[in-house]
Amino acid sequence: MTTDSIEAPAADRRPRAAERRTRPPVRRRLSLRPGAGRQHHAGPLAYALLAVATLASLFPLYWTLVAASSDNTRVSQTPPPFLPGPHLFENLGKAWQDAALGKAMTNSLIVAGVIALSTVLFATLAGFAFAKLRFRGRNVLLMLVIGTMMVPPQLGVVPLFMMMSELGWGQRLPSVIFPTLVSAVGVFFMRQYLAEALPDELVEAGRVDGAHSLRIFWSIVLPVARPAMAVLFMITFVHAWNDFFWPFIALDMTNPTVPVALTQLSAGYVRDQSLIMAGALLGTLPLLAMFLVFGRQIVGGIMQGAVKG
Amino acid sequence: MALQTYRRRTFWHRLDVRGAPYAFVAPFFVVFAAFSFYPLLYTAWISLHRVELSSMDLMEWVGLDNYTALWGDDRFWNALANTFTLGVLSTVPQLLMALGLAHLLHYRLRGSAFFRVAALTPYATSVGAAALVFTMLFERDFGMINWLLGLVGMDPVNWENDKWAAQLAVSSIVIWRWTGYNALLYLAAMQAVPDERYEAAALDGASRWQQFRMVTIPGIRSTIVFTIVLSTIGATQLFGEPLIFGQGPNGITGGADNQYQTLGLLLYEEGWKNYQMGRAATIAWAMFLLLILVFVVQRVVKRLASRAAGPRHVLSRSSQ
Repeated sequence: MTTDSIEAPAADRRPRAAERRTRPPVRRRLSLRPGAGRQHHAGPLAYALLAVATLASLFPLYWTLVAASSDNTRVSQTPPPFLPGPHLFENLGKAWQDAALGKAMTNSLIVAGVIALSTVLFATLAGFAFAKLRFRGRNVLLMLVIGTMMVPPQLGVVPLFMMMSELGWGQRLPSVIFPTLVSAVGVFFMRQYLAEALPDELVEAGRVDGAHSLRIFWSIVLPVARPAMAVLFMITFVHAWNDFFWPFIALDMTNPTVPVALTQLSAGYVRDQSLIMAGALLGTLPLLAMFLVFGRQIVGGIMQGAVKG
Repeated sequence: MALQTYRRRTFWHRLDVRGAPYAFVAPFFVVFAAFSFYPLLYTAWISLHRVELSSMDLMEWVGLDNYTALWGDDRFWNALANTFTLGVLSTVPQLLMALGLAHLLHYRLRGSAFFRVAALTPYATSVGAAALVFTMLFERDFGMINWLLGLVGMDPVNWENDKWAAQLAVSSIVIWRWTGYNALLYLAAMQAVPDERYEAAALDGASRWQQFRMVTIPGIRSTIVFTIVLSTIGATQLFGEPLIFGQGPNGITGGADNQYQTLGLLLYEEGWKNYQMGRAATIAWAMFLLLILVFVVQRVVKRLASRAAGPRHVLSRSSQ
């Protein structure tokens, strides 16, 4: 049977089981530290497979760099080039101009920044109320929040488009900012975090001191919530930066966000493959930089949201 | 005097304690109602009208005409079929690979943080950039995929024009972007499975594969359901990947022969290329009904499956 062939020899397994039993129990749910676990050590095969997976994850990005630093003839060679060429900055400059990426970058920074800030603020407020305040209809409202995750916002684009032109926001940034000012996932994420991280006694103590709810939120909840807020900010920023369907409909090429501007690169205005790749690279760089610095925190945030979600 | 200030304080205090929670959760519900729920309902209303993009305030009542037209429209059935096949092609391998990757990441690893961040990197790449890169990798004449196929002696594939090849290529973009993300969700769930269950299974002599099947999979079932729901919703909305893969003129139509046009693309084509907002709203509402149908079917299948599995489960217990 195939199942037996995967089974490790019994002698190999026993010490590990013993080792597992002696390790002290860890409250893993609260830990953002990767690798906290009682798992088996990885063998060479596991490392080999992980190396393949990592290669598959990173190669398209690496190849973007290769193509973006080559000229068109080098990109179309057979076999394709595997090392970066000498034209990187020249191509980045050209792509910057051809796809109006400067404007797009500024727009994306504004859009993603505002959306991330407001999502974090409103999610923390609502998360605090759901986690620590008692009020009628709390559970029903929380179920409603979770239920809204099942409604894809894309389905409302037709009336949304009509609404925005009526409001005078057609082709302008508010039309892509306002619909995404809040997120159900964010509310749920903050609720789960605060339910565990914020002791009831702290809130009670604030009440006894005569602080009103907003004051409690400001002086007691915010300091406790800060790590989760930072993670939620980054995850929301990534989503807002990459959001495509609605911005593509709501904005035009004179005032695009980065993903919208990138479609122009493929739409025949620029037929130069290396320039297209240079544009793709530019549009991804800000997020890659964020991942380079805060990758572990983002990973931790996604995983923490998942266990509880 | 003192009593009065006390009274006033308790009044404000009680108002604060009673009202503040509602004020805190209100922003979420207000924004959701205004920009998600209301548009969704209004979509249904628009779908009963003839509305053109150039004159959006003129709505002419046409009843169910848009729906009957859609029912008789081959492009709709084609887009529906494509959305379904693209959904299966992108979701099933994605979640299976994510499960495998999560299992690997669950080992005690050197450099586990690196492997996790690397797995998540595609998630940081926007649809636009990812689709542009994959379009180049799948290029017919000098693309890397065809070059690799050539190395193992296969003929070059026309990834853009051949229907199934194109759908595979578009699916691969989705798979690339989301496998790592789902793997991290599974990994987090795996770490929350109590040690005792593994120990009990090990004591019963279960092999690692049996432990994976009997302990890990049931232990993370709710996360698996969660990811299936999320990626199903994502699959019904597929838009950016096929649009950009089609490179401009062929993007919106999903290839020269609509071979990978999804419902999302058809919605856009009807509304913003043919200026028929009413018909676009009809497609949106059809997508919503489709989503509901999928979940009802899934529910029913699950219930039937568990009813069928129930007695067998008891039997296998008693026979042990």
